[in-house]
Amino acid sequence: MTGSWKIRLATGLAAPAIALVVALAVSSLALLVSGSSPVTAFRAMATYIDSLDSVINIVNRAVPYYVAGVAVAIGFKMNLFNIGVDGQYRLAALLAAAVGAAVDLPPVLHVTLIMVVAMVVGGSYAAIAGVLKVTRGVNEVVSTIMLNFIATGLSAYLLTTYLQDDAASGLVSGTPELPRSGQLPSLNRLVEAIGIDLPRNAVLRGFLPFAIVIGILFYLVIYRTRFGFELRTSGLNPAAATSSGVNPKAMVMKTIILSGMCAGLIGMGPLLTDLHKYADQFPFQLGFTGIAVALLGRNNPAGIAVAAVVWATIERASQALNPVGIPQEIGRILQGSLLLSAVIAFEVVRRAAAAAAVKEAAARTGEAGEAPAGPPADTMAGAPV
Amino acid sequence: MADQGRAPAIVLHGIVKRFPGVIANDGVELTVRAGTIHAIIGQNGSGKSTLMKTLYGAHRPDEGTIELDGQLAELHSPRDAIAAGIGMVYQHFMLAENLTVWENVVLGQEPGGPFKLDIKGARARVRELSARYGLEVDPDERVATLGVGERQRVEILKVLYRGARTIILDEPTAVLVPQEVDELFASLRELVAGGATVIFISHKLDEVLGVADAITVLRDGRTVAEIDDPHSVTARDLAELMVGSQLPVPETREATVTDVVGLAIEGLGVEEDGRPVLADIDLVVHRGEIVGVAGVEGNGQQELVEAIVGIRPIAAGRIMFDGIDVSGESTRHRRDRGLGYVPEDRHRDGLVLPELLWSNVMLGHQWRRPFARGPWVDRRGARQRSDEIIIDFGVKTPSSEVPAYALSGGNQQKLIIGREMTSEPRVLLASHPTRGIDVGAQGAVWEQMRRARSAGLATLLISADLDELIGLSDRLVVMYRGRVVAELDPAHVTPADLGSYMTGARAPEAA
Repeated sequence: MTGSWKIRLATGLAAPAIALVVALAVSSLALLVSGSSPVTAFRAMATYIDSLDSVINIVNRAVPYYVAGVAVAIGFKMNLFNIGVDGQYRLAALLAAAVGAAVDLPPVLHVTLIMVVAMVVGGSYAAIAGVLKVTRGVNEVVSTIMLNFIATGLSAYLLTTYLQDDAASGLVSGTPELPRSGQLPSLNRLVEAIGIDLPRNAVLRGFLPFAIVIGILFYLVIYRTRFGFELRTSGLNPAAATSSGVNPKAMVMKTIILSGMCAGLIGMGPLLTDLHKYADQFPFQLGFTGIAVALLGRNNPAGIAVAAVVWATIERASQALNPVGIPQEIGRILQGSLLLSAVIAFEVVRRAAAAAAVKEAAARTGEAGEAPAGPPADTMAGAPV
Repeated sequence: MADQGRAPAIVLHGIVKRFPGVIANDGVELTVRAGTIHAIIGQNGSGKSTLMKTLYGAHRPDEGTIELDGQLAELHSPRDAIAAGIGMVYQHFMLAENLTVWENVVLGQEPGGPFKLDIKGARARVRELSARYGLEVDPDERVATLGVGERQRVEILKVLYRGARTIILDEPTAVLVPQEVDELFASLRELVAGGATVIFISHKLDEVLGVADAITVLRDGRTVAEIDDPHSVTARDLAELMVGSQLPVPETREATVTDVVGLAIEGLGVEEDGRPVLADIDLVVHRGEIVGVAGVEGNGQQELVEAIVGIRPIAAGRIMFDGIDVSGESTRHRRDRGLGYVPEDRHRDGLVLPELLWSNVMLGHQWRRPFARGPWVDRRGARQRSDEIIIDFGVKTPSSEVPAYALSGGNQQKLIIGREMTSEPRVLLASHPTRGIDVGAQGAVWEQMRRARSAGLATLLISADLDELIGLSDRLVVMYRGRVVAELDPAHVTPADLGSYMTGARAPEAA
C-alpha cells in the first residue's frame, strides 16, 4: 500500500486525540478554578453514561444533531455558510406539524407527506438566501442570520394566529397533535427482537433509520455523483469550477436548497416520534448545534455521526454533575473547548499531512511539488473540507 | 536638470535573483541620477518587477550590491526601503474607499499622541505636500468619489508623506486615460523639480520617450541598454532592444494547415464597466493550425480567452466553433463542442489542489465518459484515464492517488495538457502553457501541441514567450489595447516589427 492511507489514518486519529486531551485539560482547569475536583466530575460523568438507559438517551439526542450537522455540511462543502439552518428547521417543523394534523391519510403516506412538507418549506426558506446571493450578491451569512430572526417571529405569529390548537388550554400554544397515522413507532420491539432487554421507560425513537439513510444519501450525492463533484469543486476552487463548465449561480441555488431541505428534516425526529406537535417545548437552536457538529465532524458523513454522538454524550453526562455539587455548565465548557481545539488540531495535522504528501511524492519522482504554504486560499478558515 | 555634483540616488550593480527553476535577474545594472525621471522598460518576464521588489526590500538579491546616495545599503524589508527614502506606488491602488484623502495619506502613521489624532496637523501636512509637488487633490474629499488620476495622486502623496525621496511607479499610465497621463507627467515634473527622484516602469515607448530623462532597457533578466539621452533613440530602437536582435527561427516542418475553419471570431467586443477592453477582434484558426497571440500582457489577451471559454459576457460579435455560433452558449456546451482549455494560472483555474489526480483529470469533462455514467461518477474510469495520462504524457507521480499539490508545476501542467488532449478537443485554447515550468516539461508540452496540430486541432496560443510563439505558430497576431493590430508570418517577422506593434510604437497598417 502507498503511504497516503497511512497519512489519512494518522490525520483521522491524531487530531481528535489531541483535541480531546486539550479539551479535558481546559475543563479540568475550569473545574479547579471553580474549586471542584476534575476527578470527581469526570468519574461521575463516566459512571452516569455507562448504562443502557444513557446509551438510548444519547442516541435519541444525537439523531437530530446528526441531521442538522449534515444540513450545515452540505453548505460547507461548497463554502456556503448556511447559518439559517435554525430558522429553516423551525419553520419547516411548524408547517409540517400543522399540515400533518390537518389531514387524514394511511400511515406510511401520512408520515411521507409530513416529511415532504418539511423539506419543501426548509428548501424554500433557504432559497430566499440563495436568491439574494445570486441576484444581489448578499452574503449568505448575513441574510441567513436575519432570516433566522424572521423565522422566529413568523412561526410565533403563524402559531398563535392560525395554527393554534383550539382544543388545548390557553396557557401552552401548540399545533394540534398528529393522529397516530402521522407518527413514527419506536424501535423498542426491534431492539428486543435482537435480544436486548430495554430498561423500563427507555424508548429508542424511530427516526434513527431515517438519519442513517440521510447520511448514506449525503455520502452518495457528495462523493459519488457528478453533481457532488461539481459542488465540492465549487467549494474548493470556484474559478476552476467555472472554467470547467459549472454555472456558479445555479450551484449556489442547488446547494442552499439542498441544505435547506435537509434542515427541514431536523425537526422530524422530535415531531414524529416524541412530541407529535409543534409547541413551545419544541427543541430550539438545533441549527447552531448542527454547525458545531459539522465542524467537529469535518463535514464528513461518518465524522458528523461521531461528532453528534460525542456532543450528545457530553450533554447526557453533564446531567450527572449537579447531584455531585458541580455546575453542569462544565459540559458546555467541554463542548466548546473540544470544538475549538479540534478545529485547530485538524488544521495542524492537515498541514503536516500535506507536507508529508509533497515530500513523499518528491522522494518518489525526484521533483518538488507546489503545495501552497498555507491552506488553500479559497477554503474558509473554520470550514475544513 | 540633474544635479551633476551629487552621487547617484540609486546604483544597482550585478543584481542576480534566482527563483526555483528561473533566473529572474541575471546581472542587472541600474544607475539613477538624483532629481531625474528614470524609465525602466522591458517585456513581461524581463525582470522589471523582480528588480523593483529588490529595490523596495520585498526580497533580497542573491548577488549584487545596492548603493543609495553613494552609500552601500542592505534592504531587508519594505520598512528599510521606506526608511531609506524609497517609496513604491503599485499599479493597483491600495486605498480605503470610505476614508477621506488625508485619512488615507496618514493611515498607519498618524500624527499625534497614542490617544489623540492630530487632525489639524495631518490635514495641513497633506495640503502642504500636495501644494509643494503640484499634486492637486482636496484633502477632505472621500476617496470613493475620486477618479483614477486623483487616486493615483493620493498614492503618491502617501509615499511622500512617509518621507520618500525616490518614488517607484509601477506602470502608472496603464490605468489612465490620455488626459490623465498628461496630468501625471506634469506632476512627475513637479516632483523632480521639488528634489525627488522618480523611477517609472512602462512598456509604452512613446510615453517613455516623452517624459524620461534616462532609460534602462531590460531583457531576459539583464540590462541590455542604458540610455542617458532619450533624444538619441527612437521608439523603434527601443522596441528592438526590448525584443532582442535575434528572434528564434521557426523550425521547418511540414505544413498541416487545412482550409477548414476550426475557430472563428468575428467582430468580437468585450466591455468592462462600460469601457471597451476588446474591440473588433477578427480571428480565424484553421484545423491543423496554431495561431499565436503576441502582445504585452494586459492588452486584452485574458479577456479574449475568457470570452472564448464563455466565462465573460461579450458585448458584440460572435464566436464560432466548426462553423457553429456558440456566442450564447454556456461554458459547458462549448466544452461539449470540443473546446480544450489550458488556463494561464493552473492553480487558480486548472486544478483543485487538495483533490487527488484522478479527480483533477475529470475537471471540465466531468459529465463525459469515462468519468461519468449517468449522474454517477465513474471512479474506475477516471482512475484508468488518469493512469493513461500519467504514462502517455510523462507525468512524474507515485500514482493517481496523490493530491495535485504534491506534483511539481511542470507535472501539474503535463496533467492538464493530458486531460485536455485526451478529451478529443477540436479547438484548443492554450494560455501561457509553459509558464513557470522547467525546460524539460516545456519541451514535452510543445511536443504535445505539435502532435495535436498534425492531428488536425485548431489551436489558439497566447504567450509572452517569443521562443514559444515563433517556434510553434503558423501565424502570429499582435494584440495592443484590446485590438488585433498586426498579423505576421513567424518565418519572416523582424524583432523591430514585433516590438513596435506590441508596444504601440507602430500603428496598424490598415486601421
